[in-house]
Formats: sequence, structure tokens, C-alpha cells
Amino acid sequence: MAMDDAIVFFLDDRLCRIDGIDPNTTVLEWLRGAAGRRGTKEGCAEGDCGACTIVVGTPDAAGGLSCHAVNACIQPIATLDGCEAFTVESLRDDTGALHPAQAAMVECHGSQCGFCTPGFVMSLYALLHDGTPAGDEPTRRALAGNLCRCTGYRPILDAAARMRELPGTGRDFTAGIPARRARLDALARARGLRHQGGGRSWYAPRNLAELDAAIAEAPEAVFVAGATDLGLEITKTHRRFDALIHLGSVAELQGIRDAGSHLDIGAGVSWRDAHAALAALWPGMDELIARFAGLQIRNVATIGGNLANASPIGDGAPALLALDATLDLWRAGRRRSVALSDFFLGYRRTALQPGEIVARIRIPKPGAGTRFAAYKVAKRHDSDISAVCACFAVELGADGRIAACRIAYGGMAAVPLRLHGVETLATGRTWDEALDEDMVEALAGAMDPIDDLRASAAYRRMVASGLWLRFAAEHRDAAPLSETRVHG
Amino acid sequence: MDDPATMPRAPLGLPLPHDSATLHVTGEALYVDDLPEPPGLLHAVLALSPEAHAEILALDLDPALTLLGDNGLAVTARDIPGINDVGPMSGPEPILADGIVAYVGQPIAAVAAPELARARAAARAVRATYRRREAVLDIPAAMARAQYVCPPHRMTRGDAAAAIAAAPRRLSGTFAIGGQDHFYLEGQVAMALPQEDGGVRILSSTQHPSEVQKMVARVLGLPEAAVTCEVRRMGGGFGGKETQPAIFAAIAALLARRAGRPVKLRLDRDDDMTITGKRHDFHVRWSAGFDTEGRLHGVEMELAARAGHDADLSPAIVDRAMFHALNCYRAPAVSVAGYACRTNTQSNTAFRGFGGPQGMLAAEEMIDAIARDLAIDPIELRRRNLLVPGDATHYGQRIEHMALPRIFDALLDGVGYASRRAEIDAANDGPGFIRRGLGFAPVMFGISFTATAYNQAGALVHLYTDGSVLLNHGGTEMGQGLYRKVAQVVAAELGVPPGRVRLAATSTDKVPNTSATAASSGSDLNGAAAADACRKIRSRLADFAARAHGGAPDEIVFADGHVRGPSWSFDLATLATQAYRARVQLWDSGFYATPRIHYDRARNTGHPFYYYAFGAALCEAAIDILTGESRILRADLLHDVGRSINPAIDLGQVEGGFIQGLGWLTSEELVFDRDGRLRTHSPATYKIPTARDLPPDFRVRLLEGADNPVATIHRSKAVGEPPLMLANAAWLAIKDACAAAAGTRHVRLDAPATPEAILRACGRLPAR
Repeated sequence: MAMDDAIVFFLDDRLCRIDGIDPNTTVLEWLRGAAGRRGTKEGCAEGDCGACTIVVGTPDAAGGLSCHAVNACIQPIATLDGCEAFTVESLRDDTGALHPAQAAMVECHGSQCGFCTPGFVMSLYALLHDGTPAGDEPTRRALAGNLCRCTGYRPILDAAARMRELPGTGRDFTAGIPARRARLDALARARGLRHQGGGRSWYAPRNLAELDAAIAEAPEAVFVAGATDLGLEITKTHRRFDALIHLGSVAELQGIRDAGSHLDIGAGVSWRDAHAALAALWPGMDELIARFAGLQIRNVATIGGNLANASPIGDGAPALLALDATLDLWRAGRRRSVALSDFFLGYRRTALQPGEIVARIRIPKPGAGTRFAAYKVAKRHDSDISAVCACFAVELGADGRIAACRIAYGGMAAVPLRLHGVETLATGRTWDEALDEDMVEALAGAMDPIDDLRASAAYRRMVASGLWLRFAAEHRDAAPLSETRVHG
Repeated sequence: MDDPATMPRAPLGLPLPHDSATLHVTGEALYVDDLPEPPGLLHAVLALSPEAHAEILALDLDPALTLLGDNGLAVTARDIPGINDVGPMSGPEPILADGIVAYVGQPIAAVAAPELARARAAARAVRATYRRREAVLDIPAAMARAQYVCPPHRMTRGDAAAAIAAAPRRLSGTFAIGGQDHFYLEGQVAMALPQEDGGVRILSSTQHPSEVQKMVARVLGLPEAAVTCEVRRMGGGFGGKETQPAIFAAIAALLARRAGRPVKLRLDRDDDMTITGKRHDFHVRWSAGFDTEGRLHGVEMELAARAGHDADLSPAIVDRAMFHALNCYRAPAVSVAGYACRTNTQSNTAFRGFGGPQGMLAAEEMIDAIARDLAIDPIELRRRNLLVPGDATHYGQRIEHMALPRIFDALLDGVGYASRRAEIDAANDGPGFIRRGLGFAPVMFGISFTATAYNQAGALVHLYTDGSVLLNHGGTEMGQGLYRKVAQVVAAELGVPPGRVRLAATSTDKVPNTSATAASSGSDLNGAAAADACRKIRSRLADFAARAHGGAPDEIVFADGHVRGPSWSFDLATLATQAYRARVQLWDSGFYATPRIHYDRARNTGHPFYYYAFGAALCEAAIDILTGESRILRADLLHDVGRSINPAIDLGQVEGGFIQGLGWLTSEELVFDRDGRLRTHSPATYKIPTARDLPPDFRVRLLEGADNPVATIHRSKAVGEPPLMLANAAWLAIKDACAAAAGTRHVRLDAPATPEAILRACGRLPAR
């Protein structure tokens, strides 16, 4: 089959057709190179500082466009196919007037050295147009993926509030959406993108059948979803992938369904899109997802990717282990189910067969007696990797006894941990302080945590076991957050 | 004090935006890596030592050269035509290792190719064989071997040991203070452009273009006049671009000279953090004698810093730590010893505060311990020990002005200190896992380079016949707003709207022999030099106008873009054109040398600081005793910027400095492994504050009605570094909460106060 599709997208209102580009090229390289847009900066090339933030408009299920801030530094260029992209250069209007995000940053003295500023402007731009409500907490969450070393952030937070009061000059993301959607729809292909450049290939199948065909054609290809981990292999270890299969367009991996007894989430759903659905059923997921990574990462990182990648430091795995999730896997036309607790086999090893992908994640819905908490502990509150991610779920019977208990940890070992042994200790017992004591002791004894730059083994053991007490205080004793959290 | 010469005039005192604010927000501000790439440009990448300390037995470039092809090249120390030394104080400090590698990450070779990816691959292909030597990685190991980059130094006043022994009470302690990566958002970068006459033009992200010029000339064996260094702006500096850029500029220049083509060397984040020096980590030992009222009788202190493999600026940095080791407190007998330990790690360097933060934190730790020992309120204890005018510091400077009593009163007015203290103490006895604490810290930071020679600056101001003004000065813009502030000075001096003053990139061919933009001195020095130039131009114009149109020169007023005499008025353009036609010079240079300062290091006497900058902060912290997580809930900051040239910019320095200091003392932890490899070399692992870490209740004020008692430019005060040390209050607040959690009067809290350090301080984890 021909592999000569151009990558096609809009940069502002300009249609870009890119032929023959190495699919390992990042959006940032292309912007700063061929596109000549040097307003977008490289601060870290790993999606941690946000200096490269751009805004991408993608077709949404409702026939409109959704507005996402993303890190251009780790996004492969082909992920823009069928989308529209905006950079800091996009925001002024024809009269030269600044967009409110820009004007407010000037007015509030939100820039000093200016190097992080284009990234902040683009995060603010997305914040203004993506429907996020005003307010301190949503703003701090939205900006957690942007680092500034000069200002101390106060003027930038002021600018985030001020931009909502300024006249709507500059490019408004929400203006003209039907026409913009139509012009993206007009780019639709008969089949998924198949691009080749520099002798390397990118497949973006649109459904499982096309996926199977791509795998058959390129059995050595590496799967990529949000690219927030794979992108680092390109920028940090300078690995070049000969063939990549992008799972972001596969229809069957999309969507969040209420399936009665459980929630059924496509593996290709981003953490941002899953956030509300998960937090509605399990309020403990809200903070965990907010702290999972900066918003630019959560906008593209997928739930399936976070699990299939089997990173021992991912926060998705322990939470979904505690929630007793089951995975639907897909390989060459065959579907099978694996309990998440049977999925992780070793360091970055899973039950996936070659050519097999995670298709969907099913999570049993909570009952009246379900108590669930997900606790992340790191050196920094936002956008940090967990030293300990502790997730607890108990099913409390009407008699006050624990009918079931699930305990999972991330950041502690080479694999996400599920502590079945300690869980049985709790099962059938009344949840009282005597049990808490037993649990803390048993948890500490059941772990042999790693010792690394994030924390010592002794610290991890103490914190991981001690967090059971926070769980008991919050979910049994209904202690106010002011007694259990510094951020309460 | 309010003499007309120092009265604010528009636009002085106006909160104008940063000179490049609009360029920043539109992405139009150009940094070195954004500049158009000249034809034939090569991209350079460095090959780094994997060994902490080793002899290089063989260096094999062949695999790299094969990858590089005909258009690429590789260089090592042997290719240097001049001197392989960019040491700012002592040397030799090589840009490329010559026979010996002294830390993991030291550049051993540089390669360049037309494509960055090819250069990267080639750099990784450089092969070396090593014979390992013993590596000394940390302060205790270096102290045990008495291994220093300069001789240990001691500042003494009176007989401290005797005073301590004779004091009614004695206390001693020890603690560790971590280092800090600058984490400027724009990494190190230089572009070298060979010139037709054998010279080289350097575009560098540097706080010190004159030193880049000098070092490039030294490495290439060229006269300094053959090298020009230009910098329009940096994406952050914080001291990390004072000496370090010379390394990369010199390597780029070496490659460019050999290739005969322009070369750009831009470090990626990991290489930047792996190669470059950082804020020094310190080990502190102190011993104090005091009376039952808490008044200090004698202090002995030992400050040991990890200098890294070379001296760089470490001798001066340790000196400044020693200058500030008593902060604002008086003691009749003092002995402070400083050690700059030579270790096989990055050569630590200048970082906002330049040793002052570590010295000052040591002082605050000591005072805090004494307050806890005596159960005296820590603010009251600090008041009792404040220096008063007439006192001499432990380095012999006579105190002439002391703003802290006023700042204490103004800061504490209305913050509810006593009631909050009582409420927190009560809550800490209550249920739950959260403990809170209060911390108060004053700042008294000496302003001037302690190397007296650096306290000079030049400027070059051009008035054109249309009345527009072009400003050159020796200071560099790294985000701190220097260009804007100096332009406001110039606009005020020439009586023009600020928009009339255009800002030229800082370049060594305009203003030569400049000092680093450092030591918070940028506005003081360059503002005064620019004012000097303007006054010469104004004086000549006034003389001309008086002759041409009548009146006395000193009656003529320059304001609002006009020049007015007793009976006439012209706009500046008209008068400038008239003057030009009459062959009057419309441009001039200016010069400034800070008066009064001198210091005799051997005798520990003198007046090293022209004046002091003052401030104070009160912070409230919460810690979680299950996890060690912490948060600053509220911070009240009051800082003295004198009579502000631009209060918005000064406020930005105060807030930004505080948050940067907060990062240093909480979440920013440099972790090395046993082999001396830095494990925290990217933002994935090295955590500077985010917007979340800004205290939810953050109240920052500039001291009102403040004048600088000494005659600085328009009576303003330096502001770049001092506010960073306001964050000491945050660390003290966390420590206070730890003491509540531990149920003991005093705890040892090492900096940074990571969750793990906090649990150790609380006694919930064993000490390391």
C-alpha cells in the first residue's frame, strides 16, 4: 500500500501539507525550523517546563473543536494531522492588537526574562477558551505544567484573572468553529494516515481493522498514543523509531461509556477527558489526576498508554489496581480480558503479547459502602513523579465490617504493587483503630521499597504505611481536610 | 536629603512594563537560539566525562570524525591555540579537559556538524579510556583531606572562644544547606561568527560580556580588541551566566576558528545541568555564648562550601557567606571560618545572593536555636540583637543606617502575630496530622562587589537630531528589568518620554571593560553611568541654548521632550538640530565608580559595602507528619528598595526572589550518586516551584517613604538578590512546625526541607 500521505493540518488559517518528514520529528523542531516560528521555546525537551506550549484544536464528538494546550517539544509532528495548531505568533489579530492573554501579561508584569512567557501565554489562551471556570484553583491547576523562574507566579495568576476582564481582541479560539470544523472534516481521508519520511514510517489507523493491517505490515513498529513518554526517548536518548503506529485515531479506543455495573473507558482516552468521569464516581481521583502531570501532558497522555507502558512510577496503575479494573486487550482481531492485577509482570513488562494493545479499561462502579482514596506524595505538589502513590479501597458492609479491601502502590518497586496479603488482613474485620495499627504495621512489613533520588527506602516505607491512617481519618472518621492535608 | 538632584522626576518611580514585555508575550523577543542562522552554520555538541576523577589515557575521535563527515570537525584541548583557561579568579580552569577529568560531565571534546542530530551522534561516539583516581565528592570528604580551592580564611573580631566560654549560656549546632541549580529557562548558548579580519564576534547569553570577550581572546590567542561579545537579553541568569558562558563561548569560538564557519553551541537541559556549576551547598557548625536575655556575647562559626573541581568564584562566594554569617546581629566577639572545598563535582558558581543566603541562614538557625533555648519569642530575641548605628560588624564596617527596627514594626503591624501564635500553638495540640509553625527572618544584605575593582560601570548615550535617544551601557538584561530602569533614568535626565529612549544590545565594542551584571548592582552602577553621560550632553546643550537663545545654562529645563529657557521653548529635536548645526557634540560616554568602598581582607577591616538593603518576612507553614509534605500558607514580606525607580519591577524582584529562595529551601534537591553523577539533571527530577507553591495568602509590600541614605542613583536601592533571603522565614516556619511535631524545643532541619528532611526533623525518621 502506498505510504505517501502528507501530514495535513492548519497552522492558524494556513493549510500545511508536509511531505516526507521523518516521523520522529517533533512539533517544536518543525515550528522552530521549517515553519520559522521561533516564539515557541525549548526549555527542557521533555514536557516538564511548558516553554514550548502551543494550542491544538481537535475535532470533538459534538461536531466542534476542543482546545488543548500541548507540549510541542515531545509531540511527533504527525499527531497534528487533521488538527489545527496555534502558536504564540497566532494570537494577534490583523490590527496587531494583543489577545487578552497577552495584554494581561503585559499589564500585570507577568514576564521578566520572557523565555517561559510564550508558553504561559498559550496556556492562558487555552484556559480562556477551553471552558475552564475562573478562579484560583482551576488557574493553578491549568498552569501547573508551566515553569517560571523569575516572577514567582503572582503576576501571572493576576494576568489569568485580568484577561477575563479585557476586551476580546486577537484570535478567539471559539470564533468561527463550524467553518473551521468543516475545513478539518474536508481533510478526511479514505483511510488512516500513512506517512513516510527519512525512511521511517508513521501509521495512524482509524479503526482496529486498519490497526491490524498496519501491524501486519510493520510487525516491528512501536505503538504510540499520547507520546508523552515515547517523545522523551526521541528527545532525551535520541532514539529514532523506524516505524510508529499511532493509536490516537483508532475509533474503538475512544469514548467513555456508562455500562451499568461499570465504567468502560477507551484506552485512547486522555487523562484530561477521563478526569471528570472518574472524579464523579471516585472523588479521590480528582486530586490524583490533577497532580498526575501538567495539563499539557494530561491533554494528550492516555489511560491505556499509562498502563501499557508499565512504568513503575505512573499514577494510573495503582489507582486502577485499587479500583479493581479489568483490561480488554486486542490483537489481530481477537479480544481478551485480563485483570489489571494480573497485567504487570515485571519492570516494564506486561501480559501484552507482541502486537497486542490495551483497547479498553473497565472499572466496577462504587457501591454505597465503597471508600476510595488515592494519595500522591512527591517533593513538589504539582507536576512531579510520585515518591509514593498509595491507593486504598475498601467495601464497608452494613455491619461496619470490611467486606473487601484493595491496596495498591506506585513509586515503590519495579512494578505497581498490589498487596493482596495485607488486604486479607483487613477483610472481614471491623474498621477500628486496632485494625489501623495492624494495617500500618503489616503494610510496613510487606514492602521492600526502592531507594532513589526521590526518596529513601525508609521514607517510602514509613509514608506508604502511614497513609493508611490518613485514609482512616478521612474516610472513616470524616476528619476535616484541615487535619489531614497541608493543601486541605 | 530631598535635594533637587535626587527628587523623582517622570518617568522615575513609574511602574512601566518591562522594556520587552510586548515582545515577550508575542514571541518576538529574540534569544540567541532564535536569531537567524548564518549560512554555513555548524551546530556544536560536547562530549562529556563519565568519570568523576581520572586520567585520560587515550582520546579516540575517529568514530566521531567518521560520523561527522567532511563538513564536521572535532576539537580537544590540544587544538587550543591560546591558553586553555577561563578561570575568573585563579587558574587554570580548562574549557576542555587536558589529561585529567575532574568531574562527571566535564567536557572532554567538542564536535560540530551542519546538522544538530549528526553532531549529537558524533559527540556520543567520542571514546576515551581512563585511569580512575580517587574521587572526593562531598564536603566531609574534602574537609577530612583539607582539600580546598583556596586557603581557608577567617574573619575575627575579639576573642570569640573566650567570650563564649565566659558567657552565662552556651549553645552549639550543626546543619547542612543544599545547593541549587539556576534553572534559567534558556540554557547556556553561544554563537561564534568568524570575522573577515581574523577576529570573532560572539553572541552569548551572558551576564558578563567583557569576560566572555576576554576569555575567548585568551583561548584563541587573540587581542581582546579582536573579539566582540554582544548580548541583547538572556532567558534568565541568576548568577549562572556570570562565569559559565565563557566556557561555551570559547568552545564555540574555537570550533568556528578552526572551521572558518559560524558555530552555535546550545546546551540541552541535561547537558546544561550536568556541566555547569550551581549554588554551593554548605555544612555549618556554630557555637554561641549569650546571656539569659539572649544577647550574643560571642560566636564561632565554620562555613564549609562545596566549591567543586575548580575555584571559579568560590573564594569570593565563601567570603560573602562569611560577611553575612551574623546577618544583622551584633556580637562583641566573633570568629568565622570559611572553607571552599575542592571536590570532584561541578565547579559551583555565583547564584543570586552569592554565598549570602547560606551565611544568613546560618545566622538565623543560630538565633532561632537561642530563642528556643531561652523560650524567648524569636522576634523579640532578634530585636535585642540587632546592630545599631555606630556598631562595627565582624568585618569592621561601621553601621551608619539601620532600617530594621522600622521594618519590624511596619511588617508586624496588623499581621496578628501574637494571636496567630496562640491559635497555632493551640491547634498543634489538637487532633490530626497537620502541624503549623511561624517563622520570621530579617535580611541585611551588603551592596557592592566585595572585590572593589568591579564597582565601576560605563555607558554611551547618543542623542540624535530628531530628539531620539540610543542608550548603551555595560549592564545586561536577564529579565530583572535593568534596561527599563536605566532607560527611565535616561528619560528623566534628558526630559524625554521613556518611549523616546531606544535600547541597544549590550556589546563590548560600545562599552568596554565592564563588570558582570551581578551583585544586585546593575541599576546602581549602570544607572549612574548613564546619568553621567546624560548630564554631559545636557550640560553642553544647555550651554549652547543659553548662548543661542538667552538665559543662564542652569536655568534651562529639560522636560516633557522640550527644552525651556526663561523666554523660549523648543522641542528637543529642534534644539538638537540647532546644536548639531553649531557643531555641538550630542552624544557622550558616562562612567561611575562607587565611592567610599574599600576592604583589607588580610586585616579584616574596611567598608566593603556602600550600603545595606533591608527586608523582613513572616511566614506561616503547615507540615504533614505522616508524609512530611509542607506548604507555606501565608507570607508577609516587606522590603526596602529605597526610592524605587520602577516599583513594579522592584516588586517583581522581591516576589520572584522570595519564591526562588523558597524553592532552594524546600523542593529543590540536588542528588548525586556514589560515583559523583548528578541524578537530578532535568525538571523531571529537579523541582523548582510551580504556581501552586505561591502561598495562597501572599502579601508583599515595598517599604514606604524609603530613601537610600547614601547617594545612589536617585536614592534607589539594589534589589536583585536581597529578597531571596526573605525565604529564610519560610524555612524557619517549617522548622517551627517540625519542633511542634517533635515535641522538642529544638530540631535539626537540613535544607532543603524536603518531605523526607521534615520527617527526619520531626523525629519520625532516623537522622542520616
